[in-house]
Amino acid sequence: MTEAVPSYLSPTGQEIVFLLLGAVAVGSALLVVTTRQLVHAALWLVVCFGALAGGYLVLTAEFVAWVQVLIYVGAVVVLMLFGIMLTRAPIGRSADLDSGNRVVAAVVAVATAAILVTVVIDGFRTAYAPLTPGPGSARELGASVFATWVLPFEALSVLLLAALIGAIVLSRTDIPGGEPADPPDDLSRSTPPPDQTGGH
Amino acid sequence: MHIVYPAVVAALLFSIGVYGVLARRNTILVLMSVELMLNAVNLNLVAFDVWLGDRLHSGQVLTLFVIVIAAAEVGLGLAIVLALYRNRRTVDIDHLRDLAEPPGDRPRPPGAHPDGRRERHDDEQPVQRGGGPR
Amino acid sequence: MTTFPLLVVLLPFAAAFTGLLLSRWPHRRAALTNAHGQEEPAGHATGRAAGGTTRAAWIAILPTAAAAILAVSLAWVPGLAYFTGATAPPPTGQTYGTIGTGGIPISLVLQADALSSVIGVLVTLVALAVQVYSVGYLEDDPRYPSYSAFISLFTSAMLLVVYAGDLLVLYVGWEIMGLCSYLLIGHWWEDRGNSRAAVKAFLVTRLGDVGFLFGIFTLGTAAGSFRITDVLAKAPDMAPATLVTATMLLLAGVAGKSAQVPLHTWLPDAMAGPTPISALIHAATMVAAGIFIVARLFPAFLAAGPTLDVLAVLAALGMLGAALAALAQDDLKRVLAYSTVSQLAYMAGGLAAGSDVAAVFHLVTHGAFKALLFLCAGVVIHHVGSNLMTRMGGLRRELPITFVTMTIGFAALMGIPPTGGFFSKDGVLLAMDDALSTGVLTDAAALLLYGCALATVAVTGAYATRAWLRTFFGPPSAVALPEPEPGTAHVVDVREAPRSMLVPVILLAVPALLLGFAGEPHLDLGMAVVSVVLAALGAGLVYAFWRIDPVADPARLLGPLRVPCERAFYVDTLYAALLVRPVPALARLVVRTDDVLVDGAVRGSGRSARVLSGVLRLAQNGNVQLYVSGLLAGVLLIVVGAVMFT
Repeated sequence: MTEAVPSYLSPTGQEIVFLLLGAVAVGSALLVVTTRQLVHAALWLVVCFGALAGGYLVLTAEFVAWVQVLIYVGAVVVLMLFGIMLTRAPIGRSADLDSGNRVVAAVVAVATAAILVTVVIDGFRTAYAPLTPGPGSARELGASVFATWVLPFEALSVLLLAALIGAIVLSRTDIPGGEPADPPDDLSRSTPPPDQTGGH
Repeated sequence: MHIVYPAVVAALLFSIGVYGVLARRNTILVLMSVELMLNAVNLNLVAFDVWLGDRLHSGQVLTLFVIVIAAAEVGLGLAIVLALYRNRRTVDIDHLRDLAEPPGDRPRPPGAHPDGRRERHDDEQPVQRGGGPR
Repeated sequence: MTTFPLLVVLLPFAAAFTGLLLSRWPHRRAALTNAHGQEEPAGHATGRAAGGTTRAAWIAILPTAAAAILAVSLAWVPGLAYFTGATAPPPTGQTYGTIGTGGIPISLVLQADALSSVIGVLVTLVALAVQVYSVGYLEDDPRYPSYSAFISLFTSAMLLVVYAGDLLVLYVGWEIMGLCSYLLIGHWWEDRGNSRAAVKAFLVTRLGDVGFLFGIFTLGTAAGSFRITDVLAKAPDMAPATLVTATMLLLAGVAGKSAQVPLHTWLPDAMAGPTPISALIHAATMVAAGIFIVARLFPAFLAAGPTLDVLAVLAALGMLGAALAALAQDDLKRVLAYSTVSQLAYMAGGLAAGSDVAAVFHLVTHGAFKALLFLCAGVVIHHVGSNLMTRMGGLRRELPITFVTMTIGFAALMGIPPTGGFFSKDGVLLAMDDALSTGVLTDAAALLLYGCALATVAVTGAYATRAWLRTFFGPPSAVALPEPEPGTAHVVDVREAPRSMLVPVILLAVPALLLGFAGEPHLDLGMAVVSVVLAALGAGLVYAFWRIDPVADPARLLGPLRVPCERAFYVDTLYAALLVRPVPALARLVVRTDDVLVDGAVRGSGRSARVLSGVLRLAQNGNVQLYVSGLLAGVLLIVVGAVMFT
């Protein structure tokens, strides 16, 4: 695998496509964490996940790509949008989406990126994988899941069930002992307090 | 395909997710940032599965599992956020200060008011003492 | 016979021990059930105290009497020999072993030679008289048992000083006396002034004791032994500087204990104690100890000329100043106290003049008549209920026996011919006269001493006459206090004092009157005439002033000097300004330093820890994102470390 590494200066078409998709994904991810509108963030998340699904396709993992589209784009982001709406978040631009922790967060994130990128480049400079279609198809993957990985798969189904019950218990207010009546002063306050200070 | 490409993209995505988790105030945005981090991991898993040519496809299968778990996590997380919103009428994460050391729990030495310099970030302290997140 | 000194010392000690432990023994349960102690009803207290008092009195008196008998038998032959100048028999006594100290050993020697046997008789007899007298004087006092036990301890300590053959053994008794004087002067400690006086006596004598101890060390190391006989034998061979240093240091202790000039201020204040204690301290113990020590180590002092000069000057100043102060006092006991200071200075002067025999003889007669005077004064105070002479007067009809005995005492104090005081004072004056020519002292010191002594004779006559007249003559002004207060004597209704008080007084009057004939009277006719004339001059002056106005105080003859005399020439004020006040100021400074610096450092470290922890608490603000930031930053640091160092 390490022999005959092609030059980085002559990228193949697949690599170019992947890099473009990667750039789209990174850029939309940046917009997700920096936009001032909640709903826009969710929509940029869709773009990011879509670009990642394209990246999976280029990497010959086609089944994973479709699952990504179905679950992430179809389910998760829709859930997020519901959440946004149910918490009556402001739809338009809001200035207080970032907490006062921004500078620290930026420093930590940049440091994380620098270290990870440095290490990754340092470690996998010579790694090269020729792409051949086939191994990521639904057939191959299905066979693998239901043969080798069937036990984790079943365990995962139990986990999903637990998550389902947990979500129901958390959401419902009429389960005895689950939810006391709202305190009166809770009701008297309808909007989040205009506390903009944050910070330390 | 050079493995460095997906690896670097994943690293960048992960760092962006870190920034989002640390910097965003709205809890739902924090959840989105967590999803970004999970996707960065997924991309790594797929890329290394391709590079190693694993016949059992452990990387891709694990990706599937992660996606499923992420979906469950988002469901639960949103349920928690909604319960939080019902109780507190806010989902701003820096307004949730129940972990803070309550001020005035010990006699202060005369002349030294270490707490005096700290701002009250949260004017809802009495309510928060009443009911924690369920 | 050789164990007699030990027995004499041990008997009062055993009495003190027994008295302290056993005198209240069957009443302990009652005392325990009645937990309030001092506040218990008076009737119960007196009833309870009566039984304990009787037993304590027997416990105190019998061993003292036995000790007195033993002391007399010890002194029978050598005591007379001391005064007649005959060759003294060898000292009787025993060595009870030595204590190795790694350096010079301490030998436990108790022996009675001529000097110590004489003083031993004085001590035991006066102590016996005081013990008997105290039974009547303090019969209502609930603390009588401990009081009598302390007197026994006091006696025992003084006898230890007297009979000790080793300087360090002597020092033990010397220090116990300091303790006992503190306990007894502060007997009525409910009054703050009394306990203050006790503390003052303790501290002032202790100041001298420091010097005394170092004097002992200097002498002991120079002589290579602490045995008094060895020290005296080596004294002529010592270097003059060593000898002067040692004797000067010893002199500090002597001045403290015997109330000589720089350190005399405790003695008038010590009048706060019960009157029998004053008698004991002034006549037999404590103050006698200082003179006794000088007489004991007299060969060493004789060899140290400068010390004798200092002693002479101190004595000269002390005798005249104290006599003048006595002339102006209104408190009868303070008159007697200053008279004691003056008379002790006489003895010190006699010693300085080179005649230890005269000084010791005066010590003995003074012990007799001063004990007599104090005990008589106790009777008077007991009767009047006040110490002040302005409240007395005309008492000769009410207290006839006391009048007679006290007249004898005053006559002895003035040195009127047939009394013992006449002979002994004559001897001392003679010695001082001789010192002018023999050259023991430098001329100036000898002249000063002699002049002051003669002047003091006159002043002594004056103040003795004044006290006598003010007490027993003139219009009666005694008004009995309605109720005794702590710190004052008790008021009784009887016309004359109880028998237990009168018997010792009468018995003491005999030696005060006749002691001069005990030895061979040292009588120099010219000197006798001079002193008697001088004393009569002072007495006559006072009498003349008194005749003009019997109510007014004859002390007015002092004129403008009266106030300084009454205040004892402001020595106390001077000490207060120079020593007493700076000490609390220094103490306050130390307290402030402790408070600000030491405690401040402690408090400051605590405060700074709180401030620093307050800074740390800022991080603990409940913001989850900040926590995660810290967590990730830490992980990053670890990763960087792992990448860079592996």
